[in-house]
Amino acid sequence: MAFEGLADRLQETIKKITGKGKVSEQDVKEMTREVRLALLEADVNYKVVKDFVKRIKERAIGQEVMESLTPGQQVIKVVKEELTSLMGGEQSRVAVSERPPTVIMMVGLQGAGKTTTTGKLANLLRKKHNRKPLLVAADVYRPAAINQLETLGKQLSLPVFSLGTEANPVDIANQAIEKAKEEHLDYVIIDTAGRLHVDEDLMDELQQIKQNVNPDEVFLVVDAMTGQDAVNVAESFDQQLDVTGVVLTKLDGDTRGGAALSIKAVTNKPIKFAGMGEKLDELEAFHPERMASRILGMGDVLSLIEKAQDNVDQKKAQELEEKMRDASFTFDDFLDQMSQVKSMGPLEDLISMIPGANKMKGLKNVQVDEKQLVHVEAIIQSMTKKERVDPSVMNASRKKRIAKGSGRPVSEVNRLLKQFDDMKKMMKQMTNMQKGKKGKKGKGFNFPFM
Amino acid sequence: MSFFKKLKDKFSKTEENQEVSDKYKSGLSKTRGSFSSKINNLVARYRQVDEDFFDDLEEILIQADVGVNTVMDLVDELKMEVKRQNIKDSSMLKDVISEKLVEIYAGDEETVKAELNLQPNDLSIFLFVGVNGVGKTTSIGKLAHQLSEQGKKVVLVAGDTFRAGAIEQLDVWGQRVGVEVIKHSEGSDPAAVIYDGIQAARSRNADVLLCDTAGRLQNKVNLMNELSKVKRVIEREVPSAPHEVLLVLDATTGQNALSQAKTFSEATNVTGIVLTKLDGTAKGGIVLAIRKELNIPVKYVGLGEKVTDLEVFDAQAFVYGLFADMIESSDDESLDS
Ligand SMILES: Nc1nc2c(ncn2[C@@H]2O[C@H](COP(=O)(O)OP(=O)(O)O)[C@@H](O)[C@H]2O)c(=O)[nH]1
Ligand SMILES: [Mg+2]
Repeated sequence: MAFEGLADRLQETIKKITGKGKVSEQDVKEMTREVRLALLEADVNYKVVKDFVKRIKERAIGQEVMESLTPGQQVIKVVKEELTSLMGGEQSRVAVSERPPTVIMMVGLQGAGKTTTTGKLANLLRKKHNRKPLLVAADVYRPAAINQLETLGKQLSLPVFSLGTEANPVDIANQAIEKAKEEHLDYVIIDTAGRLHVDEDLMDELQQIKQNVNPDEVFLVVDAMTGQDAVNVAESFDQQLDVTGVVLTKLDGDTRGGAALSIKAVTNKPIKFAGMGEKLDELEAFHPERMASRILGMGDVLSLIEKAQDNVDQKKAQELEEKMRDASFTFDDFLDQMSQVKSMGPLEDLISMIPGANKMKGLKNVQVDEKQLVHVEAIIQSMTKKERVDPSVMNASRKKRIAKGSGRPVSEVNRLLKQFDDMKKMMKQMTNMQKGKKGKKGKGFNFPFM
Repeated sequence: MSFFKKLKDKFSKTEENQEVSDKYKSGLSKTRGSFSSKINNLVARYRQVDEDFFDDLEEILIQADVGVNTVMDLVDELKMEVKRQNIKDSSMLKDVISEKLVEIYAGDEETVKAELNLQPNDLSIFLFVGVNGVGKTTSIGKLAHQLSEQGKKVVLVAGDTFRAGAIEQLDVWGQRVGVEVIKHSEGSDPAAVIYDGIQAARSRNADVLLCDTAGRLQNKVNLMNELSKVKRVIEREVPSAPHEVLLVLDATTGQNALSQAKTFSEATNVTGIVLTKLDGTAKGGIVLAIRKELNIPVKYVGLGEKVTDLEVFDAQAFVYGLFADMIESSDDESLDS
């Protein structure tokens, strides 16, 4: 409810800006306000949001956006770039020690998903990297935690080291490493008990384990649903244990997962993996870009814009604008436009990327007839150069020839000519409007096939 | 009489009340400390009630996970109130702020009591639901202890047949507390073990049956259907049951808690919330939004991992705990003048 509403609101603002030729400071303000709301609703920490929005504002008001042809889209691009860079690149590598075994410590709050992630990570190391991991049950506090890890070990047919609940976690860790050496196991993954970052005794215990086993990785396991407190938790664990990476769990839920951004911002440690389900093979490399879109609740609109940017030739777009202005737009330009749109991929895919498209009456389950596109193309290609530039020369015999050449009925040729004519009239109107009223730019036109 | 005076009187009149409020104040010290000291700082920093003041107030509340929408509504209402009463001095706003927060929680009701719906002469069945790792099993252990202490015969049923070690975990709690645990093997049908739990509780003449379930994310339709089925099995066996469906929420959770409350309610008609892990630094402010939008009350709070770390949630005491510093210091001020 609130979530979708926000995404829609953001879209509204974007739409408003996208339609404009110039973006005013007021527009940017409005836009950043929506971005701010989106981030807060996604649980990004208040302070992180504040800094972030400030940076966006600076860039958006700067030349980069103001002087661009498509300022609205440019603002969004800035938002996404900033968000993605904040989140870091994809980094799902796990350390390999020169002198095996490589030791990994799993730490985090209660209920974050450490034990399950321990099992998943072991599974990944074995399957993908052909390693032999040892699981270590160092959670002696939570009832049946050892049991849980032993069950996972059985399911995976992997060895689990435990000394029961009476042993000291530091001893357990030390002995586990000895055992791994003896048995030539190359990874040791230590599952520690969940604890509050403010619990001094238990945090001290983790530091002791760390000093003893000198781990190659210390992974902080964080629930993706964590709220504003994520920064306190991550900062505190990182300060006390110098975390090497973060694993985000329960990302298969419907949370926006803003905690990811907060954690990255305060610790600057990479988020390496994401837990995507309860099964033991549901651990994936973390994708910062996808997370950026998700936090903003923008569906794939960002990749849509990116596609547009990759495929639409800016120079051509400018030429087109000029042609629209003096109404010298021809069938050749029309073909050009079509091929640009087509190069962005199947139209249905493009439409499905537009947020809210499935809610729009006209666009719901729209079946774009790609054949129609081909027909339009064929008709235009059957025209002579002269006809393409100046359709006014068109007469019955020319139409018949074109129909024959393209294999389409004359009625279809007529329809296209009419649409093209309407389009040009519209362009003229818009241009006149612009002359009268400064600032309002044309909103584009309908393609004959939509 | 001002709102705070009323609250203060309530908690200072009897020794018993004093104890309750002390427990809240110490148990929730982190919540209270950071929250109300922030409001205090805020009020001290600002002489004028202006935009900056409201910006900072918004910050405090959002950082407590209250949620943007609720905060913005609250701030809007406060702004209106400030205009209406022509308040210029920020210290005068303290009462209004706290009153509004209590109002969001309690609505027009004088007190929202968090008592469990215990059947006086019959078996009471409570179903625990929630996402993974929030503290369902632990809360069941703690509540079993509390009810046993009150002389009730309690039986637990291990409805989490999915997560590795979940049955053993509940079993350990059963041993700790000294109550029987009905269980099947891992991987078996949860509805079937709950059914057996009901039969066992009946034949042993138990007062309360606490049903554990596997954690599940609310967007997993199949798993939510499974939960509805468990509830239907209970209803079929005991038409008045379940007498409580308790949604366990982790106070560390942000805005997603609202989605959890909504979806679990749709599947199982949640009657109350157990808010766990309030012993950390998270504030659990999202319960305000949940109360406001879905009208689900918080019944218990979890304040640690020990068997005794479960407290009955009393809305006024909770808010009193949040604002204790503020209330006390405002009293000091009035003594000075
Ligand atoms: N600090 C703290 N930890 C808690 C609290 N309640 C539960 N836990 C811990 O949270 C973790 C998950 O609890 P569990 O009962 O297994 O969650 P479940 O998956 O919902 O059954 C365990 O490590 C518990 O000890 C609480 O109120 N405070
Ligand atoms: Mg459980």
